[in-house]
Amino acid sequence: MSRSLRGNAAIVGIGNTKRWNAPGRSPFDQLQEAAILALEDCGLGLKDVDGLFCAVSSSGLPVLNVAERLGLTVRHADGTMVGGASFLFHLQSAVSALEHGLCEVALICYGSNQLSAGGRLVSMPDPQPYEAAYKPRFPISSYALAAARHMYEFGTTRENLADVALAARAWANLNPDAFARGPLTREEILSSRMVSDPITRADCCLVTDGGAALVVTRADRARDLAKPPAYVLGTGVAVSHRQIAAMPDLTTTAAVESGRRAYAMAGIGPAEIDHVMVYDAFTITTLLFLEDLGFCPKGEGGAFISSGAIAPRGTLPVNTNGGGLSCNHPGMYGLFTIIEAVEQLRGACGERQIQGAEVALAHANGGVLSSQATAILGSAATL
Amino acid sequence: MSTDPRFDGPGPDETWRSALAEGRFLLQQCRRCDTCRFPPALVCRGCGSPDLAWKETSGRGAVYSSTTVRDREGNYNVSLVDLAEGARMMSRVESVDPDSVHIGMKVEARIVHAPEPLVVFVPAKGDAS
Ligand SMILES: [Zn+2]
Repeated sequence: MSRSLRGNAAIVGIGNTKRWNAPGRSPFDQLQEAAILALEDCGLGLKDVDGLFCAVSSSGLPVLNVAERLGLTVRHADGTMVGGASFLFHLQSAVSALEHGLCEVALICYGSNQLSAGGRLVSMPDPQPYEAAYKPRFPISSYALAAARHMYEFGTTRENLADVALAARAWANLNPDAFARGPLTREEILSSRMVSDPITRADCCLVTDGGAALVVTRADRARDLAKPPAYVLGTGVAVSHRQIAAMPDLTTTAAVESGRRAYAMAGIGPAEIDHVMVYDAFTITTLLFLEDLGFCPKGEGGAFISSGAIAPRGTLPVNTNGGGLSCNHPGMYGLFTIIEAVEQLRGACGERQIQGAEVALAHANGGVLSSQATAILGSAATL
Repeated sequence: MSTDPRFDGPGPDETWRSALAEGRFLLQQCRRCDTCRFPPALVCRGCGSPDLAWKETSGRGAVYSSTTVRDREGNYNVSLVDLAEGARMMSRVESVDPDSVHIGMKVEARIVHAPEPLVVFVPAKGDAS
């Protein structure tokens, strides 16, 4: 294990457009705004950026499009595209590139106009001839198959899943920037329209626009910048399949492996995490990742969630921005798990702030439970 | 030409489609470790060997997971089926109400033409559920 990377790099700037419904703004407009905000956040400029990391649903050549628009002179770039987890793959790649001197200032960025462009999930051409003829609802039916199997093996209920959405909404109600706020009841979730059993409309994430960006530097440089650095204590990634039929066990994701790698690099375990962000594309994903990352035993996610553990005033603060279910979900949400983790470590979260948050875990998912990436971030006190 | 003769001829997807068009449902089985895989590819998913043989499936399997897609045009089933040979595939269980398809249900393959040839499943004889 590359334990030597622990704390060597830090997230020094974050940018979040918070434009969840912005007609007339393209994915690249959202991305550029987020990049500018992230650089201004730490006091660096576009001319300082020499490493570019990006992925978008709307282009197969994101590095070229972004470098041209922002006028970047990059000497290192990575356009890895593994769906919504791409940006945490980029973070691991950036940490490595910074360590080896391939770049000095890494910019990781994303933008989407999914809502204002019509609400459909834009995906790059990637035909799946062994699935398409059966007309699974993409990507919902794949997650539905995982949820159905989890229910069969462990007795997980639709009520358990509804409680994930309820907790997310309760957090969103503490976040003035969340897109979906207001009262929500378990009964409303359970009576929501069924899309692909057992997943209802209310089990699905929002569809929004949005843009986000991170600036990452080596730790020695981070200390001199404008905001308290969020040190990268550990990262881990894993890939298990493309099509849901090729996933070895639908109740256990490759988050087990990405999590194990991140914990090993950070030298800590789940009991030492103060704040958790897991990619909630669907209510079932929160449950699966909490199990796979060791916050509760496999099969006990339903009971853990329905105990109130992840809601405000629970024992484990999860998805405190309101998550993909109630804060925002612009196509590929992964980068926003990091944004909220950094905000919590900075103590900048107002009413939803977790007092004394020193270590945060952000986890992102891509494809249909296909790619998994985990990052553990810490304040200066954790070095 | 100095190509590697192990990979001569049509690729595995083409071989699979051609057989299906002739009414045969094939799987690849590894000559080294016996693992069966689906969809077709050049190497064994179990051990990485490129030495794969085609074999006709029994067509028997069991539902590993199942969902009913709610559609304005009518609800339909989408299932993952574990074949007796060990491979798993996406398909659908036909000829029964989609809501009655359940995990563990024993099923048998049929090739239908929709209009392209397609592998679907029906409840196995003797599976009263
Ligand atoms: Zn083999």
